[in-house]
Amino acid sequence: MILPGTPFHPRTSALCQPHNWRRWAKYIVAGSYELTPEREYWAIRNAAALLDISPLYKYTFQGKDAARVLNRIVTRDVSKCAVGQVMYTPWCNEHGKVMDDGTVHRVEENLFFVTSADPNYRWFCENAMGFKVNIQDVSDTTAAVSLQGPRSREILNLLARDEIDALRYFHVMPNHLRDIPARISRTGYTGDLGYEIWVEEKDALPLWDLLMDTGEGYGITPTGILALDLARVEAGLILIETDYTSVRKALIPDQMSSPLELGLGWTVALDKVDGSTGSPQSFVGKRALVQEKKREAEWRFVGIEIDWDSLQEIYARKNLHPQLPMTTWRTSTPLYADDKQIGYASSGCWSPILKKYIALAHLRAPYFELDSHIEMEVTVEHERKRARAVVVRTPFFNPKRKKE
Amino acid sequence: MTLQDLDCIIIGGGHNGLVNAAYLARAGKKVLVLERRHLVGGAAVTEEIYPGFKFTEFSYVVSLLRPEIVRELNLPPHGLEILPLPSTFTPMLNGDYIAFWDDHEETRNEIYRHSPRDADAYEEYGRLMYHMAKAVRPIISMIPPDPTSLSPNDLRGLLNLGMHMRGLGEEKFYQLYKLMTMSSGDYLDEWFETDALKGTKAASGIIGTFMGPRSPGTAYVLLHHYMGEIDGVFRAWGFAKGGTGGISNAIASAACSLGAEIRCNAAVAKVIMKNGRAVGVALDNGDELYANVIVSSLDPKRTFLKLIDEKELPTDFVSDIRRYKTRGSSGKVNLALDALPNFTAMPQHALAALRGAVSISPSVEYLERAYDDAKYGNFSQRLYMDMIIPSLIDPGMAPPGKHVMSIFVQYAPYNLNGGWNDAQREAFGDAVINTLSQFAPNLKDIILHRQVLTPYDIEQITGLTEGNIFAGELALHQLFFLRPSPQWSNYRTPLHNFYQCGSGTHPGGGIMGAGGRLAALEILKDTR
Repeated sequence: MILPGTPFHPRTSALCQPHNWRRWAKYIVAGSYELTPEREYWAIRNAAALLDISPLYKYTFQGKDAARVLNRIVTRDVSKCAVGQVMYTPWCNEHGKVMDDGTVHRVEENLFFVTSADPNYRWFCENAMGFKVNIQDVSDTTAAVSLQGPRSREILNLLARDEIDALRYFHVMPNHLRDIPARISRTGYTGDLGYEIWVEEKDALPLWDLLMDTGEGYGITPTGILALDLARVEAGLILIETDYTSVRKALIPDQMSSPLELGLGWTVALDKVDGSTGSPQSFVGKRALVQEKKREAEWRFVGIEIDWDSLQEIYARKNLHPQLPMTTWRTSTPLYADDKQIGYASSGCWSPILKKYIALAHLRAPYFELDSHIEMEVTVEHERKRARAVVVRTPFFNPKRKKE
Repeated sequence: MTLQDLDCIIIGGGHNGLVNAAYLARAGKKVLVLERRHLVGGAAVTEEIYPGFKFTEFSYVVSLLRPEIVRELNLPPHGLEILPLPSTFTPMLNGDYIAFWDDHEETRNEIYRHSPRDADAYEEYGRLMYHMAKAVRPIISMIPPDPTSLSPNDLRGLLNLGMHMRGLGEEKFYQLYKLMTMSSGDYLDEWFETDALKGTKAASGIIGTFMGPRSPGTAYVLLHHYMGEIDGVFRAWGFAKGGTGGISNAIASAACSLGAEIRCNAAVAKVIMKNGRAVGVALDNGDELYANVIVSSLDPKRTFLKLIDEKELPTDFVSDIRRYKTRGSSGKVNLALDALPNFTAMPQHALAALRGAVSISPSVEYLERAYDDAKYGNFSQRLYMDMIIPSLIDPGMAPPGKHVMSIFVQYAPYNLNGGWNDAQREAFGDAVINTLSQFAPNLKDIILHRQVLTPYDIEQITGLTEGNIFAGELALHQLFFLRPSPQWSNYRTPLHNFYQCGSGTHPGGGIMGAGGRLAALEILKDTR
């Protein structure tokens, strides 16, 4: 069977020079549109990048109990999500281990739109039993693009019926781009100024053409997921099946991670209350997370920066100049300190904008503290070497314009 | 900061002066940079010459900026962003073209179209150039040792250099020797047969020099342009966000955050000497400022022949500086455009090609003939040009849908027959547009504004003597321990407390910043 393209495929397939299609959920999307993803990466950081993100799983929760149901599933406090607001959140199993992560958009008082990486329909429905809520899987009927970069707002302002300037970071608004009804959220996976545009499948191609035409003078650039993968590492954002394993796929407990271990402690609202009763709100995994919070953390998800001089020394021993990863690697890479393995890096890249070699890493106590000096395994000419690295704050790159 | 407390005064706020200031400030020195113009950057400036259109006025691309400077001064948070310049496109006189892409295989296929033999040679050539760039890399970060000196530092430097050269192995050493001595045209003839390929590669060997591609020594200039790296990739060239002024502003911002002070509209008239020591500077407006160390980032001629009383300097040194070659050979034309030029040679993928450099260099002979005109005091009738369209790389350079074009032009001799005047400048500008229009016929119709800069203009605006973009030619007799003068290549000068740090010092120009950095490290050794 030939894997299907997204609703944008007629356009994206005509542009994808290297035919480096990548699987994403049920679909294929372009790895990059040009032979090297460099220019697409820079469109994210300096112009406007247009990404097809249709393969995301998408759901609607509609009904009187929509907020309550979501509040029972996800770790964040959905009752605090105002209409027009978006929340990023993970959700867990009973043991407080992460199953998936995504965004929850409160479109109306009783209408939510939820995105996820994996299919969640069954899980959502199971947790909604007995509640007045209608959950729909709208994955295949909703097409979506992400328009990311410092010029993205100007482009949308030329097209939007309602001014985009009013849309704050992690908020969503119903709108029209010319005649196309579109829901626009100020979200993305790049850590930059950017928007995601959600439309009906039938409007996909007119939307693509409209954005490409209008954006030309602003440097709009069709962008594949290789460039996106660089931007998300710089933004310190996790990727399922790369930086963590969903409990759905984990075979042993060691493969599972709690939100606290993934640097998502800020999304865990243990104090949330049931809006109707005023009593503490339970949610899936809460009990385990309460217990976990009482213990000293064993693992933490952090950013590390690999020392250039150290890298250069290692390569120089082989009479080579350092060879830098120009796309994100996603292979688990051992980290050491005091001559023992103290964790692993799960994705890393050379950051073109920071001019630094960075990686996202899982580290054991106490090595996860900021400024800890550790070592990362680097293979040079088939030999395993160790390069010095240091624990730093994430996001590695965090421009003001993201929230301005 | 009260001015009495100053440790260092740096004359000139070009990129090297700023790098120097940043390193000195980082070491805790109280530093003041004095810039003659209203903005920092020297020849690395971006100015809005025509409303809404930003011109990267003089220098326009970047590759050689030392990565250690980017790291040590942490320039990215200060706004340094290097955008990719993915290709070079050379339209040919017969209507065809040759293009070099960032994708190695694509370039190979393109060359194969012209000559299967050259396509194979290109592989080998590319690998050799990797080794050559790697071989010279340590040299550009090194204080040049003086081979005639017996001082331990010089001997150690020479020994290191000798070991380094031995480490290259015979074959590569011979190749390096050839590169140091041959002409770029002859060197490329050893490798390739396609005229446009050789012309385009040879062009790197003449940029900024008053030599033709058949002049011995130009192969080194070719190598000089290969020494850069971006993200660990040698020979990669990029475009700084906001033009090369973006680089200067980032360095200035880093310097200020480290405590340096920068004063614009502050032209230095004289260095104040006391008992053979430099003690301060006098400004054009009569103000006098004093510091323990005075550093000049200006070119050697301007530094030693204009700012300092000749009597203070040894006679042979003055003669050396007088003989130092600064022949300007290039001009610059910056255009504000209403639309994109349509290069007829490349109907398909036109946009992709225009995002990179466009080189008017159809053959080595074309370049050599261009040089012939200049040899006898005329600007070339058929000019060599290297151009980019910055607005396609960084859309912030022009209003949406409009464009800017930056055209580097050679040869335009500083000493033009009859001298440069307004009429000659316009004639030069016309020659540029006419030459280009042969390849892009719509050009004349889309020009909204044109800025023509002759070598004379470059000198007047930036202060670079004779408009030489490298602050002194990159000829073998002016490099390494001879730059700018024997015995004074280590950033010190015959005057106490007076240092130099500009592109006229080792390793030379091209927005490297190496001179500024190395000079600061030497100053810190002396003032510890």
